[in-house]
Amino acid sequence: MNKLDFEKPILELEGKIAELHKVGSGDGINITEEISRMQSKADRLLQQAYSKLTPAQKVQVARHQDRPHCMDYVDAFIEDFTPLAGDRAYAEDYALIGGLGRFNGRPCVVMGQEKGHDTESRIKHNFGMVRPEGYRKAQRLMEMADKFQLPVITLVDTAGAYPGMGAEERGQSEAIAKSIESFLRTGVPIVSVVIGEGGSGGAIAIAVADRIYMLEHAIYSVISPEGCASILWRSGEYAEEAATALKITAQDLHQLKLIDGIIKEPIGGAHRHKDEVIANVSEQIDLALKDLIPWSPDQLIKARRAKFLAFGRNGL
Amino acid sequence: MNWLSNIIRPRIRSLVEPKEVPDNLWHKCPSCEGMLFHRDLEESHNVCYHCNYHLRLTVKKRLALMFDEGKYENLPLPSVAHDPLKFKDRKKYADRIKESQAKTGLKEAITVAKGKIGGQPVVIAAFNFSFMGGSMGAGVGEAIVMAAEQAVKSKAAFIAIPASGGARMQEGMLSLVQMPRTIIAVEMVKEAGLPYIVLLTDPTTGGVSASFAMVGDVHLAEPGATIGFAGRRVIEETVRETLPDDFQTAEYLKEHGIVDIVVSRSELHETLSRLLNLLMGGESQSGGAKKGKKTDIAVSKSAQVKRKSSIQKEIRPDAPSSAKAVKQVEAAEKALENYRKAGASITEAPKKAASGKA
Repeated sequence: MNKLDFEKPILELEGKIAELHKVGSGDGINITEEISRMQSKADRLLQQAYSKLTPAQKVQVARHQDRPHCMDYVDAFIEDFTPLAGDRAYAEDYALIGGLGRFNGRPCVVMGQEKGHDTESRIKHNFGMVRPEGYRKAQRLMEMADKFQLPVITLVDTAGAYPGMGAEERGQSEAIAKSIESFLRTGVPIVSVVIGEGGSGGAIAIAVADRIYMLEHAIYSVISPEGCASILWRSGEYAEEAATALKITAQDLHQLKLIDGIIKEPIGGAHRHKDEVIANVSEQIDLALKDLIPWSPDQLIKARRAKFLAFGRNGL
Repeated sequence: MNWLSNIIRPRIRSLVEPKEVPDNLWHKCPSCEGMLFHRDLEESHNVCYHCNYHLRLTVKKRLALMFDEGKYENLPLPSVAHDPLKFKDRKKYADRIKESQAKTGLKEAITVAKGKIGGQPVVIAAFNFSFMGGSMGAGVGEAIVMAAEQAVKSKAAFIAIPASGGARMQEGMLSLVQMPRTIIAVEMVKEAGLPYIVLLTDPTTGGVSASFAMVGDVHLAEPGATIGFAGRRVIEETVRETLPDDFQTAEYLKEHGIVDIVVSRSELHETLSRLLNLLMGGESQSGGAKKGKKTDIAVSKSAQVKRKSSIQKEIRPDAPSSAKAVKQVEAAEKALENYRKAGASITEAPKKAASGKA
């Protein structure tokens, strides 16, 4: 997963460049020229690849392990972050982190799925797959946001809600449904950004927002392309076709008017330019919040309902 | 040659081939494999009269069973954009819809109807599982919104009857956004102070179970119905262990606190009448017949028998398994005794103290 298929030639070139750097330090002009020639070729290849990523390639980029994850964003642009834990009934779910903090000085509630960055943290965060307790924590946080009139920022990045036996027994469906309900009832501005993978019900459970954005190479889908292929094509080998047919890219969904905007990723994707991408996301959230802050709780709830009711109603 | 092919051949064939039961006369129960005569099955509302297994029921028959005197009015479905993605897998989505429409004679995977139950006005939105697995796309979502609006307008209760594999993936994200949309529909009904009752039928899974189906004032479920978020196979692949036989059944969900009442078809109309009149300020329908009658709130037999240790491991480590049962009961009795003692020490302490001193 760390190496993307379509990036192979680029990665090979970059490897060679690194080797040359090592071998050739202090050894004449020829190598420097060679290096810069190869570097510009690598840049060109990268530019080419990223200017026309297929939906299936975007799936790979969106799932890339080195992409900035939820906590990277929180650490970068939320001051005084104070994580809150637990659903007050059964457990704490580290797959969905959330709590209080300040965004550009303004107190807010922030939450999102965290996938983890190494084996240990991935296990701790259950690879970003949330259990009912996580969605019940989300409900708790929404109630708190409503009570203290704090805007809500959610960062979506999950393959989907966790399909486990315990999760079913403790009402995974109910927890997701009630989380959606809590988002619909909260009278504060809600801004959601799909930063990587927006996986089905597990994603939309925290993405019923006034403004919904996606990173340029993020995906958002009702089912994974692999799952869709195995059901409709009767074989997982058709995942590429399914990725295209399902219209899961930021560009497709923006055209379908299901999201409000696309946040730029520099050439080479978020995994190569963490700081820039995080800054872009922060800027977009800031713009959206400035726009939404003056709205009354009632106006926000009404407008959010109207926005979702319009989906699919007017023939698109 | 004519006599040979016309008379002899069929005779030989009839001798060689086993006689097949015409499938329109006899049915086999999928659960106990008992033979069911079609007329008897019809009378029992597709419930096996050997083992009480609830076979799937068409929406038409279900509505006739639910409304007072079987009378109701179908409401025309709103129209939406079909196939907004121009989706095509091995087949075009547009063709799949046409096929389903031809097969079922229905426009969509949902039917909306209006009538009375127990004398109370009711709007029902019922899924047709035979129409593309009852999957929920924009058409179904919009029908639920319309049904809810109708309920609010006519001050009626709203009953949703899901029978669905989940979201209709051929509509991509447009099907996923039906989850919040249908919850908004329910919100409108709730805000109007009207009851919203869900009758979970087989199957209710995926995006349908994780939206309007789980936010009811009351959750009814049909016996044996499969209800859950993720599919059984997906979970088995994830946890790599076999799941209990009754995993994700209506009875199992009741045990886990998700379902209020598992109600068989024969009691459906009466149960709904009673509930609706209790919630909508109506008169008692039974004329006090229920008064003094013992209400069965005990654990259902099947659930008791079928519960597997795996549930107990994860969610209730202290639930009695056959091996631990005796110890469990002892512990519970001890706890009860302690509670009583504590109670006694509070209420009877002065007396005791007095007698002790004396």
